[in-house]
Amino acid sequence: MQISSLFKISYTALLAKKSRTFLTMLGIIIGISSVIIIMSVGAGAQSLIVNQIKSTGSNLIAIFPGKSEEKGPPPSVMGIVNTKLKNEDLIALRDKGRVPHIVAVTGYNRGVGSVTWRDQEIDGNFVGVSSDYPLVEDAQVDVGRFFTEEENNSLVRVAILGSKAKEDLFSDQDALGQMIKIKKVAFSVIGVMPARGTKGFQNQDNLIFIPGKTAQKLLLGINYVSLARVKVDDEANIDQTLEDIAATLREEHKIDNPVDDDFTMRSQRDALNMLLAVTDALKFFLTAIAAISLIVGGVGIMNIMLVAVSERTREIGLRKAVGAKNDIILTQFLIEAVIITLIGGLAGVIFGSGLAILIALVARYLGYSWDLVISINSIFLATSISVIIGLIFGLYPAQRAAKLNPIEALHYE
Amino acid sequence: MEKISLIKLVNISKDYVNEEVTTPVLHDINLEIYQGEFVAIMGPSGSGKSTLMHIMGFLDKLTAGQYFFKGKDISNLNEDQLADIRNTEVGFVFQAFNLLPRTSVYDNVKLPLIYAKKKIDNNQAIKAIKSVGLYHRLNNLSNQLSGGEKQRVAIARALVNEPLIIFADEPTGNLDSKSGKQIMEILQDLNDAGKTIILVTHEQYTAEHAKRIIRIRDGNIVGDHKVEQRLFAKMEEKLTK
Repeated sequence: MQISSLFKISYTALLAKKSRTFLTMLGIIIGISSVIIIMSVGAGAQSLIVNQIKSTGSNLIAIFPGKSEEKGPPPSVMGIVNTKLKNEDLIALRDKGRVPHIVAVTGYNRGVGSVTWRDQEIDGNFVGVSSDYPLVEDAQVDVGRFFTEEENNSLVRVAILGSKAKEDLFSDQDALGQMIKIKKVAFSVIGVMPARGTKGFQNQDNLIFIPGKTAQKLLLGINYVSLARVKVDDEANIDQTLEDIAATLREEHKIDNPVDDDFTMRSQRDALNMLLAVTDALKFFLTAIAAISLIVGGVGIMNIMLVAVSERTREIGLRKAVGAKNDIILTQFLIEAVIITLIGGLAGVIFGSGLAILIALVARYLGYSWDLVISINSIFLATSISVIIGLIFGLYPAQRAAKLNPIEALHYE
Repeated sequence: MEKISLIKLVNISKDYVNEEVTTPVLHDINLEIYQGEFVAIMGPSGSGKSTLMHIMGFLDKLTAGQYFFKGKDISNLNEDQLADIRNTEVGFVFQAFNLLPRTSVYDNVKLPLIYAKKKIDNNQAIKAIKSVGLYHRLNNLSNQLSGGEKQRVAIARALVNEPLIIFADEPTGNLDSKSGKQIMEILQDLNDAGKTIILVTHEQYTAEHAKRIIRIRDGNIVGDHKVEQRLFAKMEEKLTK
């Protein structure tokens, strides 16, 4: 007995019922391509999120006002306004004696309001930052200059425009030296940022950067920062710096017990790990749902194979009469089931990969930094899973065929 | 010439057990068939003649008694061992032809070879097809054949392994009389060439083509005699022409 003969028999039998074979296969094609698409899109979306976090700069620690649970979000995320983080805290953090590894510190105060230049008016997003901002976010001005800390402290009204904000207000005219009004307060444009795209889930090009204290006093009427970011000299010093910052802020805020902390720190690494944990869980959950469709496909195969065994009872009887042993009949029907699932699986891999590529292309076209991830592992996994499904769901019908009594089978009507 | 015993049944009985109801089909059968014989097993339906053929053809197991094939007791062989004997020692021709649908004549005839232990020799299939006069139909699909042609393919399939015995279960039952005669002629030719033929039929006329008729009724052998005036399909055909 040659295994090739069994393949020929199975292949001929499957070709004899082309549309039925295809429809049975469709269950596996859909199942496998869903798994491939979800694994790939999941990895792509994950890369998008991770890239967003990474793009805000490396070696960063964010400080939020208000206490949060170890793994929970900072209170500001919930919309709670906390006024405990002051400009004085930023000055204290710049003290090399207290926090030696900090390279740069900036606060953030965001606001929205109408921005006008002559008769041009846009809804502007302004953000008050410290003079360290370009250092913290690795963003140098394209034209002109950024403001200095002295200017910040003396409440000067200067603005650096994001590339898009500049274009909206001035189109192709020169913006440097022009006076714009933000919430009816006049500012002098001293710089324009280069196009930076979306970083940290925020389109940087719409923003108008102004000195933090100016934003607080003149535009927002507050005396605190809503977020601070510090840059550490080396990733290895992040843990030490976290401790130093905590100690400094506790001293400033006169807190004796860490339980009473009124600030939250998140390092880039923490944020990444947290997001990776969430997105991984989501990815596996979705893949598991897609895998259910494979089980449904497998049940479909079992069903069709049972029909085939019943239809071909006489054929099975004849094969036994001319000398086919039980395990040969079993193998023949298992091969049939595996051919369906294997071809279905390969088609699913091709179809799923094609869709995943299309999704990645569309995402990139829309400007997202989307990685196309179709791992050899997932293809190998999908193919092995399809073979295993064929074996599992083909086994019962094949056993039914193998156990048929040759005489009854020969005379089956 | 010394007669070689092929099949020897000693006190064979067969019961069918179905949901705790036991139906005896064959009672205490004793029978011996020698190489080169052409035996017709006759009897009305339900007499047990098919069951007897299935047992002799290694398709069914006996309930009691002993079966000696070529002098060896094969009463206790397992399913796989019986499958091997079916593959090498016997060929079957069924009333309903039992060809593989949408499969060429050649592939149908070759079927037993793919289950053989020895390597497939495709010439054997061609030789068998030629011997039933269907070489011109080699690549036709089974459903493109007439009834008589189908049965000739079935005979070729039974011959392809060069078996000792051919079992024919009502081989003319689904055929018109002309095709039926052709089939009987082929069987008689095969017997002349030395093949042992065991034919199961309920028709007296068909049985008279054999050399020996065994009559079965209610699971017992009720008659076993030589055919005095044997019919020869070849001559009948000439006569009708």
